Amino acid sequence: MGFNLVRWSPYLVGIFIGILSWLSFWISDRPLGASTAFARTSGMLEKLLTGDRVLQNPYYQEYKPVIDWEWMLVVGVIIGSFISASLSGQFNVQFLPDFWVANFGNTVVLRLVISLIGGFFMGFGARWAGGCTSGHGISGTLQLSISSWIAVVCFFIGGVITAFLLY
Amino acid sequence: MIIIKTGSRLHLFAGLLTGIVFGFLLQKGGVANYEVLIGQLLLTDFTVIKIIVTAIITGMIGIYFMKARGIVELHPKPGSIGSVVIGGLLFGIGFGLLGYCPGTLAGAVGQGNLDALFGGTTGIIVGAGVYAKIYPLLKDNILKVGKFNKLTLPEIFNIKPWKMVAISSIILILFLLVIEIVGY
Repeated sequence: MGFNLVRWSPYLVGIFIGILSWLSFWISDRPLGASTAFARTSGMLEKLLTGDRVLQNPYYQEYKPVIDWEWMLVVGVIIGSFISASLSGQFNVQFLPDFWVANFGNTVVLRLVISLIGGFFMGFGARWAGGCTSGHGISGTLQLSISSWIAVVCFFIGGVITAFLLY
Repeated sequence: MIIIKTGSRLHLFAGLLTGIVFGFLLQKGGVANYEVLIGQLLLTDFTVIKIIVTAIITGMIGIYFMKARGIVELHPKPGSIGSVVIGGLLFGIGFGLLGYCPGTLAGAVGQGNLDALFGGTTGIIVGAGVYAKIYPLLKDNILKVGKFNKLTLPEIFNIKPWKMVAISSIILILFLLVIEIVGY
């Protein structure tokens, strides 16, 4: 079925992700999502450093710092992407994306700093909004959730403005 | 009627398998690539929108069909204007700078992108951790501003779910057609 192809049609991929969401609701009673895994990881790391005090934080009482379904999903995404990239010969260890190099040159430190700051805003904003491009953008919208539709519009408004300022 | 119970080892395994398929699809769709993601935000490449919108149409039809038959339960996120607008815009700033989102970031790590691994992953974990620290200050204030009482569009417009699904599908398909016709 073309497992070794570099790209599949976005419409085909979209249909398969839609079907995957049926299965995840049906089999696991969970919507596809990613950002809580990062929040739980943060809690787990803090617990490692400072002990059980972290469990008194109301946030970690809602999102317990433990490995759960969604955490395993994110690990799976890394594996699945690795399998796909390996089959098509696309697996390639590189620090700088080509598009970055074309615009900013060979600036590793700058990319590291920008991606750290970007990641910070993303982790902070995703948890403030209660979800990310997967949890709100796909799973919430397909349930016709009002909060998710507003969230995804705001993701793209913020993203487009920032990208245009950066480039 | 849900097959695997939350909290079991099997449930974790189901999460891993779901993730493997999800990651495979994200990579095949090209959305583990910085170029494709930033291209969407620069409005030069509409791959991301095409995948998301197709997934929404497919997912919505199936999920509402299964819900009507009592096979699945919905989990719409509760929320408020104060939560999704401010959080969403902050997320957007991160999206524009980082060029990956949490799911596609994991996909980028899997295909070998070290900026995603060292910069993005670290940043997201720290950002989520700082949010957890200030969450007690926000939860009874700004996160309650403009709280949604009804969570889904069929409830808000007070129409039958299948009608809302049909209307939404038509609008989203027309949206995809416009993108194709315009030439993206």
